[in-house]
Amino acid sequence: MAVTRTLKERWWQIFFLALALALPQLLTSRYIFQILVMGYLFSIATLSLNLILGYTGQASLAHAAFFGIGAYGVAILTKGGLSFWMALPISALIAASVGFLVGLPTLRTRGSYFAISTLCFGVIVSIVAGNWISLTGGYTGIVGIPTPTPIRLPWFGEISFQDRTAQYYLVLAFLLLTLAVMHRLTGSILGLSFMAVRNNEVLAGALGIDTFRVKLLSFVVANFFAGLAGGLYASLIGSISPSTASMELTFNWLVYLLLGGVATLSGPIVGAFLIPLIMESLQFLAEYRMLIFGALLIAVIIYFPRGAMGAVQMWRQRVSGILHRTRGAREGVVAGQEP
Amino acid sequence: MLLQVKNLSKNFSGLTAVQDVSLEVSEGELLAIVGPNGAGKSVFFGLLTGIFKPTSCSVFFRREEITGMKPHQVARRGIARTFQTTALFDQLRVVDNLALGYRLRTKSGLCSTLLHTRSWAREKQRVTDRVLEVLKTIGLSHRAFHFVSTLSQAEQRRLAIGVALMGQPGLLLLDEPTGGLVQRDTGEITELIRSIHQEQGVTICLIEHKMRMVMELAQRMVVLNFGSIIAEGPPREIAQDPKVIEAYLGVDHFAETQ
Amino acid sequence: MELFLQQLFNGVMLGSTYAIVAVGLTLVFGILHVPNFAHGHVYMLGAYLAFFLMTQYGFGFWIALFSSMLIMAAVGVILERVAYRPLRERPHIDSFISAVGTLMILETSVIVIWGPQGRRIPNPYPDIVELFGVTMSHQRLLVILAAVVMILGLHLFIKRTTAGATIEAVAQNREGAMLVGIDVNRVSSLTFAISAATAAAAACLVAPIFIISPTMGALLGMKAFVIVILGGLGSIPGAILGGYILGLVEALGGGYLSAAYKDVYAFGALILILSLRPTGLFGKEVS
Repeated sequence: MAVTRTLKERWWQIFFLALALALPQLLTSRYIFQILVMGYLFSIATLSLNLILGYTGQASLAHAAFFGIGAYGVAILTKGGLSFWMALPISALIAASVGFLVGLPTLRTRGSYFAISTLCFGVIVSIVAGNWISLTGGYTGIVGIPTPTPIRLPWFGEISFQDRTAQYYLVLAFLLLTLAVMHRLTGSILGLSFMAVRNNEVLAGALGIDTFRVKLLSFVVANFFAGLAGGLYASLIGSISPSTASMELTFNWLVYLLLGGVATLSGPIVGAFLIPLIMESLQFLAEYRMLIFGALLIAVIIYFPRGAMGAVQMWRQRVSGILHRTRGAREGVVAGQEP
Repeated sequence: MLLQVKNLSKNFSGLTAVQDVSLEVSEGELLAIVGPNGAGKSVFFGLLTGIFKPTSCSVFFRREEITGMKPHQVARRGIARTFQTTALFDQLRVVDNLALGYRLRTKSGLCSTLLHTRSWAREKQRVTDRVLEVLKTIGLSHRAFHFVSTLSQAEQRRLAIGVALMGQPGLLLLDEPTGGLVQRDTGEITELIRSIHQEQGVTICLIEHKMRMVMELAQRMVVLNFGSIIAEGPPREIAQDPKVIEAYLGVDHFAETQ
Repeated sequence: MELFLQQLFNGVMLGSTYAIVAVGLTLVFGILHVPNFAHGHVYMLGAYLAFFLMTQYGFGFWIALFSSMLIMAAVGVILERVAYRPLRERPHIDSFISAVGTLMILETSVIVIWGPQGRRIPNPYPDIVELFGVTMSHQRLLVILAAVVMILGLHLFIKRTTAGATIEAVAQNREGAMLVGIDVNRVSSLTFAISAATAAAAACLVAPIFIISPTMGALLGMKAFVIVILGGLGSIPGAILGGYILGLVEALGGGYLSAAYKDVYAFGALILILSLRPTGLFGKEVS
């Protein structure tokens, strides 16, 4: 039964991958492309927020600040003449290193203290972005950021990223990379130690797990991918400003994550796609957008703390749990363990 | 000498919880620590494993001083423990809980995990083997993929011992492993502890209230009262010690359980 | 010297606001353990209510202030009941997320109703006095005076009334308070009412001096958290002292160092101090 379940899951994955690959052939609207690219970018950001908040249980509210650091890094470096393919990893590494430095003091705190101190760091970043005019262009930001440098592939010829289809595939590739990393992490004993810290930090420590190091690692990896998403954003959208690093952005991702489902791999993507799509289709509600988000956030955290995909998972577990139980009981009778 | 505690004391803002306790545990023995509620037994475990910082003392484990170390450092040196109120990762499955107990014996970091290197695969196999082994020891093989929250009280107790056992500790500290269990389950846990001690040769230090169980299991007993040791010796002698009977156990208590 | 005195005066005025807001927050965060991150937004809504009552219905300043306090007390009670009480037994972080939802609702409501642009409340006391070369408007003096009155009033309320005593009892020992028959739910409601009403009062008092805007609460809320954490969770004297210190640091730092970065000081100080003492300056050892 377990085998059929993974097979079924595999089929869904293949279906969605094929759909994502085929979409550019099916669609022509520039507007839809924009929405899809943003959806992928925010999926990367939300997935990485999920790592530190969902899996490790530490509510970092500076996520957009690291997204912003990646974005400003790519903007400044590529405008300075560096190739995008150098600038992107460098910027993501800068975001990760800043994350390391910020994590050293803040991760020593717990619960809401950590949330507040990361929030403070986030505000500092946006104030600096708004005032360090010679570097960041102040509140007007940076415009005219070059699109990714063309690459030459054997057999394939040169790929220019002026074309929006190429841009689409580029972001998709990075989303798949992020997913693969998250998948391997969360499916390993290293990833289990993240969840152990979330679930019971004292017990994790008593089992020989260095909880501070675990949190720091999770924070650094999460911020690396936040920076990566930011760098891609800067290059593909072409202009950035302090609002690229603002609290509102973190709050949006928080909504995507919680509604989609914390500590699941599909939840952040579902959230990052569906919620903006629903909001777009309800244009007349644009003004009330954040109002609805706020109300949803409260309702979800109180009544469905595991979000949409969490609910799907729970339902599945319940079904398989019933099957397990009957099977377990049968085996128990055979082995004479249960009456 | 496996564990050596010298003059352990702990004050909580002026209140003395443990006072001047000196104790030795030798390789392969099963020691029981008994005493009335609030005698400082759990605090004593907390002090050994780095959860509390001792006010003054020195603790040696395998001749190495571990005083004032962080909990994970103590655990990595081979002291495993369970908690009085069963501590498990209740959001995870049985196998995940056990695997986490083995984390201190694995080295896989970020790179090997992401690249699925050969050493990572070997380590994964080792974890799986050990999990299956311990599952059998604690008799939870049929529950392997269930979530902890669906287990019964007794199964959770057994799992907690299994998690502590995963890392092949040199010293196993069990804090009231049968607390709140009915007679039949208590018997099962007693058997489990006995087999861990006798068949696997693990040194065990046990906090327990149920006298019959202690008499059955322990080779040596230490009685704590008001944070100090008031008696020490083989269970039979302790049971006769008028000081102990008077101070805590009560004649009736013994009469009833024997 | 005159610049210094002027900044000192401004700092005390600013500090008075911070002190009141931080005291309100320390009641709910320190005593009830609710990380009410929307506290700054409650403050903001208080200012808008007064603005609305004064411009729409022609209320006088004081009547608008007291009405705003009353309405916000009710808002505080509703907030606790809807957004926080269901999460009481859950991890802190859930309440925090709920608070983020709350502040989104409050901020957007104000934008939808009154628009995103800044508004100005007519100044009831525009007169100015000069003392040692320092310009003091009556309104600013009023803020300082009102802060002292409110803090004294709150102190008397907690020490001299039964209702106040129940708050203190819950603060000291929640389980114990429940055992002796104190209704923790009622204490929670009461605390939230006081917290929201005092924030509204502080907002109304400074509103005529500054422009009010939907975003005015966000930074203030964070600063209040900084003060509460550094001053010690649940410590009212700590919150008052911290409030005045922060006000002075900002006024002097803004006047002498750099106005653009004045908000960085407080937040930077928090991260720095928490790195040395993860539980705050006066935090207790957590086992």
